[in-house]
Amino acid sequence: MSRVFLGVPAPPGVPAPTGVGQLRGTRPFPDAARDALADPQLRRNLAHATGVIRAKRAAAVAELDDWEALRLAGEAIKRATMASLDTHLVRLEAEVSARGGTVHWARDAREANAIVTGLVRSTGADEVVKVKSMATQEIGLNDALTAAGVTPVETDLAELIVQLGDDRPSHILVPAIHRNRAEIRDLFLREMPGVDPDLAAEPRALAMAARAHLRRTFLRARVAVSGANLAIAETGTLAVVESEGNGRMCLTLPETLITVMGIEKVLPRWSDLEVFLQLLPRSSTGERMNPYTSLWTGVTPGDGPRVFHLVLLDNGRTAALADRTGRDALHCIRCSACLNVCPVYERTGGHAYGSIYPGPIGAVLAPQLTGIHGTPDGDGGSLDFNGSLPFASSLCGACFDACPVRIDIPSLLVRLRAAAVDAARERALPTAEALTMAAAAQVMASPTRFAAAETAARLGGRLAGRRSGRLSALPWPLSAWTATRDAPRPPAQTFRQWWSHTHPDQP
Amino acid sequence: MRIALFVTCLVDALYPQVGQATAALLERLGHQVLFPAGQTCCGQMHANTGYAREAVTLVRHHVDVFEDADVIVTPSGSCGGSVRHQHAVLARDAGDEALAARARAVAARTYELSELLVDVLGVEDVGAYYPRRVTYHPTCHSLRVLRVGDRPLRLLRQVAGMTLLELPDAATCCGFGGTFAVKNAATSTAMLADKMRHIVGSGAEVVTAGDASCLMHIGGGLSRLRAPTRTVHLAEILASTAAGPR
Repeated sequence: MSRVFLGVPAPPGVPAPTGVGQLRGTRPFPDAARDALADPQLRRNLAHATGVIRAKRAAAVAELDDWEALRLAGEAIKRATMASLDTHLVRLEAEVSARGGTVHWARDAREANAIVTGLVRSTGADEVVKVKSMATQEIGLNDALTAAGVTPVETDLAELIVQLGDDRPSHILVPAIHRNRAEIRDLFLREMPGVDPDLAAEPRALAMAARAHLRRTFLRARVAVSGANLAIAETGTLAVVESEGNGRMCLTLPETLITVMGIEKVLPRWSDLEVFLQLLPRSSTGERMNPYTSLWTGVTPGDGPRVFHLVLLDNGRTAALADRTGRDALHCIRCSACLNVCPVYERTGGHAYGSIYPGPIGAVLAPQLTGIHGTPDGDGGSLDFNGSLPFASSLCGACFDACPVRIDIPSLLVRLRAAAVDAARERALPTAEALTMAAAAQVMASPTRFAAAETAARLGGRLAGRRSGRLSALPWPLSAWTATRDAPRPPAQTFRQWWSHTHPDQP
Repeated sequence: MRIALFVTCLVDALYPQVGQATAALLERLGHQVLFPAGQTCCGQMHANTGYAREAVTLVRHHVDVFEDADVIVTPSGSCGGSVRHQHAVLARDAGDEALAARARAVAARTYELSELLVDVLGVEDVGAYYPRRVTYHPTCHSLRVLRVGDRPLRLLRQVAGMTLLELPDAATCCGFGGTFAVKNAATSTAMLADKMRHIVGSGAEVVTAGDASCLMHIGGGLSRLRAPTRTVHLAEILASTAAGPR
């Protein structure tokens, strides 16, 4: 029997849903980046923070002599899992259900929000505590809960900073990386009731203030919402890895636990944890092991939540899985190593990417999940700014080297660039760039035409640059180059002219 | 050895001295250099800007031109990377398996200059003389696509008269990235600014690399700043001798 769907099972002929939610920006990347680059405080915060994490990760990785073997194992497990994701998901559902949990399938962000909101309201609670989770950021769950009269409380320190500041996360692991300690102190003084007015801008003092603020909420919370770093199909076990212990509180104290998990997080076997619990902490926080690893399997009487719901989120993943390009991006374990080594991310920060998934993997994931043809969520026009994301990279390759599951991000970006160009080709009129590229390919496919073009360009360039010996102003689109960089003045003769004079015996 | 030179479109049009130095160096080492006259461009700019269809035309042309060569050398980590890691994929994606197979055969015989010298010709001391303070920028595609590793540095360390200075954060991109430098000019310039700060701070008179494209970017920035550091391609340093300084 042929397999119609590799991801969320669905009747034949039903198209896989595209992703909606917090996956699109409102401006093209270059515009948003320009604003970020003009903010010196932001650039200092980012350069400092990414530099610290980079160094920690490099040290944590260097002390393992089998790191490359671990990466290969991680890649192999992910590739094999994705090839039959549907069977692993059905198995996960069966095992979770058998152990007292309830599994829900959400085709997209809207369905996931409706499911979670309904579950919370059915408990009668008007407040939930939250574990840091990219999936719930992706679907915009906090807004959905608030609209339904439920107050979500982020309990991860950095997520709390983002929430108190009515801000958006700018990093997968360190969502408030764009803020420094002085800015956080000021935010706490402004937004945190009962905080010490002499609060010091020191990490420990800030953490203690947050701890005191959250403690009361933990103790009264009846419902918690989490994401999941991993899920094991054969046992129905979910896992959250974290550093602060707030996750452990959320996962054990409340009566009801609702976990929202992207379908690509499932792993087939318990033994797969060996690989991923080594790859993830070293790649993300640069630690040998994260301080808290919580694993739970269904519900256990007298221990932890009495009610457990697992919401399996598609939101474009099945569609991405059907695509050769998208498939590898789904191997991502959200460690954020690629962000920390990316020279573009380090300078622009995460907000410039628009989507809640920033950096190199975000530039792949966001257009993959939403589709490059898609229209923005909500009511804003027909422009698709996710088409600008695959171009937000110099293709330097640092991300590929850092990725613990060896996602070849530069190659995926190049393929998505082709998808963006092909989408543009379908418009009535070709862009100026498309015409230039077509003309250049035609010229370069013939050495005669290429030599003639070289002669024309050389004469023009030599005329323009004859006073100073350099070209400091060229017309559009090369004006973007000469705004900050001189262009070389063409030489008196090309290499091939020189060669034909000096090697007349060679054809 | 008969070595076919894939000089790259950029060197052909704008930096002929890099091609001249590559040829002079190999001839000095006793090899015969051929220049297949039909060559134009590897198509990397097209492919990396999303114009895969146009790039395949150039892949086909490149394969036609270089198919008969025994060994191919290019003074570019980036163009070498495109030939070795992109050409066959582009052909296969376009549904042309025959072209993909031919492209793989050409790729297997294509070497970046430092790879050719160290791995194929087995030489690290090429007899060069270059009495200047030099720092080396390992370009991204040399380092992370072709994985040339320390081959260029091993060659540079043998150059007589030269002082090799360390470049802080050497492995970080200069911000060129082909059309990235124009499409995301502000980000590209921010990356370039940091690279230039390290280059000028190193105290070097010359910054060298294995890619004319990255050097064009770095050199364009240094020139705009009227910085004292010049850009010189690795091939030019290796071709320089006491009798024939470059």
